Amino acid sequence: MAVTTGLTGSSVAGARDLTPPKGAGVGARQRRHGRIGWLFIAPFAVVFVTFLVAPLAYAFYLSLFTKGLATGTRFTFFAQYAKAFTDPQFLEGVWFVVRFSLVLIPIQMALSLFVALILDAITTRFSRIARLMIFLPYAIPAVIGALMWGFLYSPNFGPLDQIFSPLGLESPEMLGPGLIFQSLMNVVVWQWAGYYMIIIYAALQGIDPSLYEAARIDGANAWQIALRIKIPLVTNSLLLILVFALIGTLQFFSEPQILRPIANGTITPGFTPNIYAYTQAFSYAQFNYASALSFSLGFVVFVCVYLFLFLTRKRGSFLK
Amino acid sequence: MTSLLTSRRLPATTSSTETRRRAATRRAPRNITAHIFLGALIIYFLIPLWWLIVASSKDATGLFAGTNGALWFDKNIDYVGNFRDLFTFNGGIYLRWLGNSLLYSLSGGLGATVLAVLAGYGFAKFKFRGRNFAFALLLGAVMVPVTALVIPTFIMMSGLQLTNTIWAVILPSMLSPFGVYLMRVYIADAVPDELLDAARVDGAGEFRTFVQVALPLMRPAIVTVLLLSIVATWNNYFLPLAMLNDNNLYPVTVGLDLWQGLASGNNGGGFSLWSIIVMGSLVSIIPLIVAFLSLQKYWQGGLSLGSLK
Repeated sequence: MAVTTGLTGSSVAGARDLTPPKGAGVGARQRRHGRIGWLFIAPFAVVFVTFLVAPLAYAFYLSLFTKGLATGTRFTFFAQYAKAFTDPQFLEGVWFVVRFSLVLIPIQMALSLFVALILDAITTRFSRIARLMIFLPYAIPAVIGALMWGFLYSPNFGPLDQIFSPLGLESPEMLGPGLIFQSLMNVVVWQWAGYYMIIIYAALQGIDPSLYEAARIDGANAWQIALRIKIPLVTNSLLLILVFALIGTLQFFSEPQILRPIANGTITPGFTPNIYAYTQAFSYAQFNYASALSFSLGFVVFVCVYLFLFLTRKRGSFLK
Repeated sequence: MTSLLTSRRLPATTSSTETRRRAATRRAPRNITAHIFLGALIIYFLIPLWWLIVASSKDATGLFAGTNGALWFDKNIDYVGNFRDLFTFNGGIYLRWLGNSLLYSLSGGLGATVLAVLAGYGFAKFKFRGRNFAFALLLGAVMVPVTALVIPTFIMMSGLQLTNTIWAVILPSMLSPFGVYLMRVYIADAVPDELLDAARVDGAGEFRTFVQVALPLMRPAIVTVLLLSIVATWNNYFLPLAMLNDNNLYPVTVGLDLWQGLASGNNGGGFSLWSIIVMGSLVSIIPLIVAFLSLQKYWQGGLSLGSLK
């Protein structure tokens, strides 16, 4: 809590407004200052260039070539990209993650917001326990989350069998083509809703309670306070988790990859763009094509998110 | 000096708003429906964990043909046997995987945090040419999906013959643009310029000012970034999966995936791996759960950092 109040504390923020007195030595000091600023940033900058800029640049470079058995490696310009965006397997994966985001993200956000509002409104020991328990799946690796749900989804030895077989019914094929979408969605909601809930909850806790008092005096009830005061004041958090969720879902990889061996072919090599790129690189050694796929994925996600932030930008947006 | 006083007064104001909040909520009626809803949510979020705890006690027959179903104990409960099998199978390779996970997550997480603290301080407290451009670049990088970098990084590092080494996992894990962003946002508000200037006037060098004056004020944000990056590295799967070939270098996540692949490949042939996979999953999630539960007062506030303005 110290963090939340520390950030909103006006006395600290006010200190920044004091401008340093103008004097003769200021210019020189500024310049020295500038060099020191770069010194602090330099170690990160080295890692940034080595593990972000360089791989992306190299991937882009590689993606401009095509390796043929007879022809050797030739410069083919954007041929790999033309191939990618007409490759039905890749497009199918793209379409899946887009559909998945469109359904998953609103549900996940509504759930986390709703739970955060409840937890903010009632402060009992039970609600504190609930907050921790709902958050707990975040600490569990996606690999293990998928593994556990894989067992629970099993039609033969999972709990589904116990529910359906006494009724004389066949258990549903949770990992079959009909339900894989919902099953994966459940795994992701289970894993991430708590994390998003905590972010919104922390923001709700940062709101000055005197606002509620004022609203109550004006005759507002709990619902009105939630809708008119709380939600508008946590818009930035909502935007932040929306961006996180979007980036996370478009690069979907671990969960379907883990469920692949037990899903009887439902999860194809082109199930998501990342799985497709992985298959191309490690099963077929198509590194030029895999580079093009990775680069396209990174670039498309980047552009989408940037556009989204640009369209929703307003004063006080979280990225400024 | 005034800033020292005001920053010291902060905790007092914190506790007064806290008590006001508590007083306000005590007056609100206890909502039964809300509690039932929360109870249902707790059950939903804990079911897989409950399953894991129960299933770790079973042998292969218990797992697939148990008498009491998937969510209750079988007639023979054998935690000790599964635990022993887990740590002795294949020459005790699981312990090695745990050690690797620990090594990767601590060094990757620590590295990422140190870099983020330094860079965040540089961005927040110094004015220099190119700062705005560099920061815009950083924000752009927050939006590049990490896994889109995995294959390019793999191709680059295999060109340098660095794949299949611990560095192939540790070094890329140190990249955390979001960590830098969080630190910058926090430092800009929590470390007053005046305090730094006062230290400089008193003759402290830049490095000393940073270590002795600024660093103590950043503690909650440092813990948050450290915890987030350790979790991210511990839970990482795609990067080590792509980078490593040698079983002895695998972290737990990739190792369990390897066993899962073997187990679903030759079902029934010889020793069944499923019971040690389940036990291995349980053992591997304990450290992080303990870390989160014991450090909650830090991260709960820290997680809202990125969105508060």
